[in-house]
Amino acid sequence: MNVDHDLIIKVAGLSRIKLTDEEVKEFTPQLKEVLEFFTVLDKINTDDVEPSFHPIEIKNALRDDTPGKCLNQEEALENTEHKNDGFFRGPGAV
Amino acid sequence: MKSTIEYIERVSNGSVDIKKETEEVLSNLDSLNDKYHYLGAISTGLARELSNNVSIKPKGRLAGVYVSVKDCIAVKGVETRSSSRILSGYKPVFNATVINKIISEGAIIIGKTTQDEFGFGSFSTNTGIGIKQPVNPFDIQRAAGGSSGGSAGMAQVADFPHISLGESTGGSIASPASFCGVVGLTPTYGLVSRYGLLDYANSMDKIGPIGKTVEDCALMLSIIAGHDEKDSTSYNPANSKEKSDDGSKNIDYTKNIDRPISGMKIGIVKESLGEGVDESIKNKVNECASDLKAQGAIIEEISLAVPSEYALPSYYIIAVCEASTNLAKYCGMRYGKHESLKGNFNEYFTKVRSKHFGQEAKRRIILGTFARMAGFRDAYYLKALKVRTVIINEYKKAFKNVDALLTPTMPVLPPRFDEIKNLSVLQNYMMDVLTVGPNLAGLPHINIPYGMIDGLPVGVMLSGDHFCEEKLLNVAFNIEKNAP
Repeated sequence: MNVDHDLIIKVAGLSRIKLTDEEVKEFTPQLKEVLEFFTVLDKINTDDVEPSFHPIEIKNALRDDTPGKCLNQEEALENTEHKNDGFFRGPGAV
Repeated sequence: MKSTIEYIERVSNGSVDIKKETEEVLSNLDSLNDKYHYLGAISTGLARELSNNVSIKPKGRLAGVYVSVKDCIAVKGVETRSSSRILSGYKPVFNATVINKIISEGAIIIGKTTQDEFGFGSFSTNTGIGIKQPVNPFDIQRAAGGSSGGSAGMAQVADFPHISLGESTGGSIASPASFCGVVGLTPTYGLVSRYGLLDYANSMDKIGPIGKTVEDCALMLSIIAGHDEKDSTSYNPANSKEKSDDGSKNIDYTKNIDRPISGMKIGIVKESLGEGVDESIKNKVNECASDLKAQGAIIEEISLAVPSEYALPSYYIIAVCEASTNLAKYCGMRYGKHESLKGNFNEYFTKVRSKHFGQEAKRRIILGTFARMAGFRDAYYLKALKVRTVIINEYKKAFKNVDALLTPTMPVLPPRFDEIKNLSVLQNYMMDVLTVGPNLAGLPHINIPYGMIDGLPVGVMLSGDHFCEEKLLNVAFNIEKNAP
């Protein structure tokens, strides 16, 4: 995998981040070094090993499907600057 | 200074004028903060309200104790931003579970402590745009450690009864505790509820206490531990196969703390005393081992080759993958920084995120997005999760033979800011080499101050098996009592 300017710009774009030219220049060798370091893991055999999504075994935590207390509409909207008629107001879809 | 527990007794029997005392504490916070930058927000109103409550009803296991809270933990009505500009102005409309618990026990919350933005760092030098970095209490030219730097610094400089709530993902409690010369306890993953914690990496985030003494940390753990149905990963003894000697029922972790440790087996991890660790720090760990031996413990050298070599890359891959998904929600819509609503949603979200995330947050988001992309997911993310299994198994095997593991906490003394500037990104990540193993495996671990070198504090770290906090605190207490 060639970690170059174009790849960094592409991945940043997928993450909804637009990097400045200086950031691209700075990040490219840094991220390349880190990604190369990650390949150390290739040295360890993990055939027949299950992945651990959590460090301790966790079972599904289920509860009865009954309504409980939650934030009311006013509270949910308290921290936004963009609201209208009790709704969040977002940017245009297209 | 008298112990926190004695102070709580005095508050409880009404012999402390808590409102007056609170005013004194609050009046000194500004000047303290000017020098050290430990608090991103000072919660004067809340502190007064809580001290008033305590003055009316001076009861509770934390009655009158001042608590600072890492900025990534939600406190209702107090700006909570994980030291990130993207969350500027965000005042949660609810409390994290740990906050409700400490308030109901009489704690007085004084403010939110500074940290690396979202926890992304080992020195607290990655605070978000416009947020001052906490500095080391022993030398303001040096780092406080991270990411809970403000919490550990506050624990060191507070000249009033105080315990901080920190949070660790890969070493963010142990590291600053070591650099600031205080005790920092990271509990087993799931023992303390994460409800109301602003996630860094869900499968590794743990809230834990930072205080002046082992007893203070044990006291705080007794209050914050326990199952919470609002956190689906919270440990539920009734629903778990995990065997524990002390589990998570309502335990008083201070109760058996001073038991003698004669006959306990402590493993010194061979690899933790290898290359890259300062000789002077290694000497302190050996000194600590000699003391434990003198107290009747059995010291064994133990090798943990797989965690020592592979925990760091495995940790960073999982951490950035989880972080990059967690940070997707910060887009200027519901809380924090907003911009004027121009352009389509992609343009708007991109504008907000590009402008208000700091450099390290951007780096980790890009790394995590890359490692989860089609074609790379198996090679990075899934591989790291499998390596985590191997690492957990190796630790579990070790704990069949020993009660706790002893290592240094940090490989170096607190570095100067100009030295940190010269480190590469990868060299920064390497600073976590000793702390990531227990964090990745969800094991409880504790930093205990062990003397000074050249005027700077050194810490030793003890790690234990899952849910063996009681045993860990017992050994830690016995280290602390004889520490230089």
